[in-house]
Amino acid sequence: MRTPIAYFLVLSAVLFALGSAGVLMRPNALRIFMGVELQLNAVNLTLVAFSRMHLELDGQILAFFSMVVAAAEVVVGLAIIVAVFRRTSTVDVDRASVLRG
Amino acid sequence: MPLDNVVFWVFAPLSVATGIGMIAVRSAVHAALFLVVNLFTIAVMYLLLDAPFLFAVQIIVYAGAIMVLFLFVIMLLGVDQGSMPGERLLGQRATAVIFAVAIVVELATAIRAGVGFATRAPDGFEAANAGGNPSALADVLFRDYFFPFEVTSILLIVAAVAAMVLALRRSKVLTQREIEAAR
Repeated sequence: MRTPIAYFLVLSAVLFALGSAGVLMRPNALRIFMGVELQLNAVNLTLVAFSRMHLELDGQILAFFSMVVAAAEVVVGLAIIVAVFRRTSTVDVDRASVLRG
Repeated sequence: MPLDNVVFWVFAPLSVATGIGMIAVRSAVHAALFLVVNLFTIAVMYLLLDAPFLFAVQIIVYAGAIMVLFLFVIMLLGVDQGSMPGERLLGQRATAVIFAVAIVVELATAIRAGVGFATRAPDGFEAANAGGNPSALADVLFRDYFFPFEVTSILLIVAAVAAMVLALRRSKVLTQREIEAAR
């Protein structure tokens, strides 16, 4: 493979920064969630790149586990967003300002 | 120019562009579709890094299942009116952009110091991938990471039950006696 490994790491750093900017910029809970997904994927890319660099499969295994946890997180997170929407009729995180159900 | 370099330079700008599109576009559905393209480009990166199994899993789990769930919730809630004009906190967006640029600079510095921009991955990954990538991954997963794997199954069951409990519409629960009395 001729592409330097740092290119993948820099790409993943840029994607992580874009994801965190997406989290910070929007008040919409769904958009925040998409930003979090982008961040998770950027970190997965880093794991796979380091797995290739060190000639070990453990990085890929960790990325695999991270995908499973991300799937569980999306399921619960979206269910929470739906439950908040039922109560407040909005997915605006500024409106959902009370913890009381 | 070697082929993997060409593929990288085609898909890396596409990945960054769709990432910017995801945070810049107003409509939530469009943002989700940008995110799908972004996840596909990351899958291509996995292919370049000799991880064909994760390439397939990325497309099936992320671009398939998770994004369908996202789009389904967006449609279900009908919240595609975009965000409200203007920002609530003064300078929030500018601060977010500055923060993102700071992250990139910091991580690039760390990568330069820790890995070096010219370092190429050594050859010989075929030895780790002996018998094919999925088979080699299964060897490691079921030998060295068996306990985490089992814990993951508990996590998935808990997540499924939690989603059902959270999405349940709270109606009055009738006991068997009340149903009998209503008849």
